[in-house]
Amino acid sequence: MTDLTDLSLLDAASALRAGRVSSLELTRACLERIAALDPALHAFLAVAQATAEAQAAAADRRLAEARRQGEETSPLLGIPIAVKDVLCVQGLPATAGSKILEGFRPPYSATAVTRLTDAGAVILGKTNTDEFAMGSSTENSAYGVTRNPWALDRVPGGSSGGSAAAVAARLCFAALGTDTGGSVRQPASFCGVTGLKPTYGRVSRYGLIAYGSSLDSVGALARSAADAAAVFAAMAGHDPLDSTSLPEPAPEIDGEPSLDGLRIGVPAEYFIEGLQPQVERAVRAAVEVLRALGASVGEVHLPHTDLALPVYYVIALAEASANLARYDGVRFGPRRPTQGGPSRGVSPLLDQYLSTRGELFGPEVKRRIMLGTYALSAGYYDAYYGQAQRVRTLIRRDFARAFTEVDVIACPVAPTTAFPIGVHGDDPLSMYLEDVFTLPANLAGVPGLALPVGFDDGGLPIGMQLNGPALSEPLLLRVGHAYQQATDWHRRAPTVTA
Amino acid sequence: MPLTLDEVRHIARLARLRLTPEDELRYTEQLSSILDYADRLKRVDTSDVPPTAFAAAGELPLRPDAPRPPLPRESVLANAPASRDGLFLVPPVLDT
Repeated sequence: MTDLTDLSLLDAASALRAGRVSSLELTRACLERIAALDPALHAFLAVAQATAEAQAAAADRRLAEARRQGEETSPLLGIPIAVKDVLCVQGLPATAGSKILEGFRPPYSATAVTRLTDAGAVILGKTNTDEFAMGSSTENSAYGVTRNPWALDRVPGGSSGGSAAAVAARLCFAALGTDTGGSVRQPASFCGVTGLKPTYGRVSRYGLIAYGSSLDSVGALARSAADAAAVFAAMAGHDPLDSTSLPEPAPEIDGEPSLDGLRIGVPAEYFIEGLQPQVERAVRAAVEVLRALGASVGEVHLPHTDLALPVYYVIALAEASANLARYDGVRFGPRRPTQGGPSRGVSPLLDQYLSTRGELFGPEVKRRIMLGTYALSAGYYDAYYGQAQRVRTLIRRDFARAFTEVDVIACPVAPTTAFPIGVHGDDPLSMYLEDVFTLPANLAGVPGLALPVGFDDGGLPIGMQLNGPALSEPLLLRVGHAYQQATDWHRRAPTVTA
Repeated sequence: MPLTLDEVRHIARLARLRLTPEDELRYTEQLSSILDYADRLKRVDTSDVPPTAFAAAGELPLRPDAPRPPLPRESVLANAPASRDGLFLVPPVLDT
């Protein structure tokens, strides 16, 4: 085997179990590739070489013991993965892409991370993200943009852009991301990898640095639906440390390739002005592949789709303004000195809050905190936040009604392929429109799977999204796997040169 | 609905953010245009629609309210910019 990093996660797991390769070899192959290519990509904010090698050595001992005893092992045992920098890993930095958490080392790990490391996964490091996961391009990271492995002048999407770029460039076998309005699915689409946003509550949020708590979910980015299924199955299931964690245990996922009897709906409201024609063609062609595999295809309606964006921005930003109140320079992160001098009604402590938050939050985070604060402020609460919650109910009902007619909804992940770095400039609203097809699933709490289904004329990947009812991840992953057995888009890899 | 500069200063104060004068002007314009977009929500008749606070797929169990060992004090204080005698250290809370 000349290039170990080209193996899929499941093939690497088979090689590990058979003793054809060691976890230390896989881990060092990833670390070498990170050292060679990440200066050009900037997917990682921190690389944990020493702890990764120690975890790999421990995994090799567990693998040897399991072989001696003839025991089954988790497919994650000995597999090097990366973790988005909004999830806490004990002992490693957690910046959330923000200067306000520079130097923070969390004293505990997120449940999703603990479940994977307990299964034997090796943590290579922390990946870049828009600051506090607020963005669609990683351009809002305080530590610099990540570059798309398919075209270095393009964004990788966001906010889990570092994880998507790392998986696409074969710097790791899979990566954790988080998805509040599309932040796993959209970068997966832009980087040509598979991304799963689970049902709300399916994967614990404990140890996730919160953005919009009623919308946040922890997901997986991988090179195939089968690989993503392995990561998802290892981290899903009830966690008493998250009060919104669903009681159901982690699911079994089967690989039945026939889609006979499956009903697929294509939502008319998603094929709108602004959708690039090449994206539409690739998605419709992918739906035809599913039809050829036995599915029936029809049109379905989600009539409140055009309201998802304003609902999302009111709710997510209101929740963000409350969640980000904790960054005050008292318990963690750096603090900025008071400006000194007497000021009417400003105590030295308040002065320090104003300096620390004003100087260390980036422009997009401040914009979102301001909007959320306004939407929750006296006199505006019901007009904005209350109304957004009621319209959210209408969006949930759209999905509930659609899922009485079809099993799965198929649509584009994003209206465009990866856009050039800097193209949205200082126009926040035009950037928000990148997320129109992914936000509704977060508002409804349903799962979504992004799959690579082709390329545009510029060689940039195109993604299709599958949505299903709550807890339908096994179905979505089965459909994704069947599609990937019939096609090879997910096997294409970018050529990255340092 | 356009925001005024005074409203932006008031929101920034509520949110504990010190803004530069340039930011105050820029945010006044940007926040106004985003709120203008959000105002389309007001046209929807929701008089008979209950709110969705979060999208749980079913009943959520509660864990027993039993005490558990907390994080060790020193590991929590290790991230604080300033601490003394096992406590977080902050500037005076009252005007001096």
